[in-house]
Amino acid sequence: MPLVKHGKVTTDTFVHVADDAEIPGDGAILISAARFLEDAEGLSGRVGRTGVIWPNNRDVDDLVRYLDRLAVVALVFPTFRDGRAYSQARLLRERHGFKGELRATGQVLRDQFVFMLRAGFDAFEVKKDSDAEAFATTVKHYSVFYQPTGDGRITALHRRMQLRHSESAGQ
Amino acid sequence: MYAYDELDRTLINERVSEFRDQVKRRLSGELTEDEFKMLRLQNGVYLQLHAYMFRVAIPYGTLSSEQLRRLAHVARRYDRGYGHFTTRQNIQFNWIKLAELPDALADLAEVGIHAMQTSGNNTRNVTSDQWAGVAPGEIEDPRIWSELLRQYTTLHPEFSFLPRKFKFAITASEHDRAAIKVHDIGLRLHRNAAGETGFEVLVGGGLGRTPFIGKTIKPFVHGHDLLSYVESILRVYNQYGRRDNIYKARIKILVHELGIEKFAQEVEEEWLQMRDSALAIDDSVIEDLRSRFSYPAYEKLPHMPDELKKAAHDPHFEAWRKNSVFPHKVPGYAIVTLSLKPVGGPPGDATADQMDAIADLADKYSFGEIRVGHEQNLALPHVARRDLPVLWKALDKIGVATPNVNLVSDIIACPGLDYCSLANARSIPIAQELTRRFANHETANLIGRLHINISGCINACGHHHVGHIGILGVEKNGEEFYQITIGGRADEKAEVGTLIGPAVPYAEVADVIEDIVEAYLALRARPDELFIDTVKRLGVEPFRERVYATR
Repeated sequence: MPLVKHGKVTTDTFVHVADDAEIPGDGAILISAARFLEDAEGLSGRVGRTGVIWPNNRDVDDLVRYLDRLAVVALVFPTFRDGRAYSQARLLRERHGFKGELRATGQVLRDQFVFMLRAGFDAFEVKKDSDAEAFATTVKHYSVFYQPTGDGRITALHRRMQLRHSESAGQ
Repeated sequence: MYAYDELDRTLINERVSEFRDQVKRRLSGELTEDEFKMLRLQNGVYLQLHAYMFRVAIPYGTLSSEQLRRLAHVARRYDRGYGHFTTRQNIQFNWIKLAELPDALADLAEVGIHAMQTSGNNTRNVTSDQWAGVAPGEIEDPRIWSELLRQYTTLHPEFSFLPRKFKFAITASEHDRAAIKVHDIGLRLHRNAAGETGFEVLVGGGLGRTPFIGKTIKPFVHGHDLLSYVESILRVYNQYGRRDNIYKARIKILVHELGIEKFAQEVEEEWLQMRDSALAIDDSVIEDLRSRFSYPAYEKLPHMPDELKKAAHDPHFEAWRKNSVFPHKVPGYAIVTLSLKPVGGPPGDATADQMDAIADLADKYSFGEIRVGHEQNLALPHVARRDLPVLWKALDKIGVATPNVNLVSDIIACPGLDYCSLANARSIPIAQELTRRFANHETANLIGRLHINISGCINACGHHHVGHIGILGVEKNGEEFYQITIGGRADEKAEVGTLIGPAVPYAEVADVIEDIVEAYLALRARPDELFIDTVKRLGVEPFRERVYATR
């Protein structure tokens, strides 16, 4: 499954470690939430970078105190119809200030890219190669946004207000 | 009318081109039907019994004449020459070809119409009072806030994949014409003691398999906080609404299972963390939105012009005027309802020719504006009273002046088994037969206000639960049967109707309804006691007896 980061297909430097496999001391790993929470203190203090795959039916509050020690939080879209991880992503980014990689996993299709970017995702395990390759063009599709989110894009409401102010300043 | 600016236009054009690409990928096989299904639903495209059905949004029920002409064009060019107005201020076209859909959308986008989120598990078209901005006694025009919500909910990055569909309705009048109590979120605009504009917020109303009347979650949310409060509700629902069973996935079930107090508390906690976020609305934003709504330049006109006095001698005109003409907030003007319920016709249908003619009449007599109501009728919202006689003649000529508004033959019905792949039974022929049975205007007038609602299946698109008489089609051993409820209503006193007894076969429905109406006429305390009030006073029993005594 291709990984898209910084707008292009890239090699995944994180190794998925199964729940019954041994965790290496160094090297970048992605492990399940259950595995992580068994020894959160120890794992978040390991030498290598650590990422957690967080299920979409578990409150992200349980993860908050480890966030500054995590390199990756991977959120899950079991099907693209299940949108719980959009809320989790915004909470992690906007409320809890998570600065690491926020990765979308599961059934990730090109038609969700813009929503995901706006919710704070910056890495995407894309299901189809053709979608991954289309990433850069797909995300340029929209230039107008109605809602404020943490991604910093200016909303239509604010652009209108700016326009009003510049008009009245010119009078 | 709200005028799209460059930003609104850009966004819907971007949406059309995205959808064009999605259709292309489906037709080339790059997208599977399962993948495409959600994408087409996000844009109002259903696969029905015979063809694709295309549902177009008419936000808060306001149309310009130019927009209505464009809907007529779509009906003519891409469909079979007619459209069907729904109970949620949408219009549906039943015979669209998938390959032509992007072109139809592009044609609509040119006049600021879209089909975004008219189906799918997302926030649907925001509906409002069809008399918004013209109803006497209204607190303020709710369409300003409806438009704010329309923009806020359009392509929302967090809430486009909710557990289930999600519907908003707004009213600013004491009498609720928007059925806010049977919506996922109902908003009643009112002012607090300090004179500030805000909303009573109701949550968890809805019909379908498990009907619920919405409950008040907060009696007053300041207008500044509307979006942050709504976002809190949606966020709680997105995370905790059930996704294991589509029949239990609406917010009404979450509210019911948690209880309104607990749900309200969850929302409050979420809201307190974000009420001061970028979602807070200041007055300048509202003023900016308000400035992009245009209002007619009304003239100073007499309430009782000569034209009207003269026409009063014509009993046909008078019958129509008394039935279909309603008071306007400006003296000398009136709101005129156009009945899309002709005797023997399918409720809510209009032909392309009718739409064009209505658009022309709107230009001539209603400042170019048309409204669409949840009762599946249209309205001309700003008619000078002196023009009523000439307008009536023109409306009568095109078949939209049947004087049956709010009467027994003003039936609300879903498309039913004639079109819909979900239906268990037909709705339209039942409605048609009932309009024939009650075709006599004097009889209908004698009966008075009586709303009949028909749904062809438990999904309740015809809102049968809240009809004064509700008719629900079910299937029994391969045959169409109908359950009858009475006592429902969708207004500010909203209530779910009560079943009167066992379901009856297709052929007996009209007889049963006639029996119910006759029972009412015999039982009512006074000629002005409405059907719904008689049912309230006496309960279901006397009606049950009457209907089942001989069956």
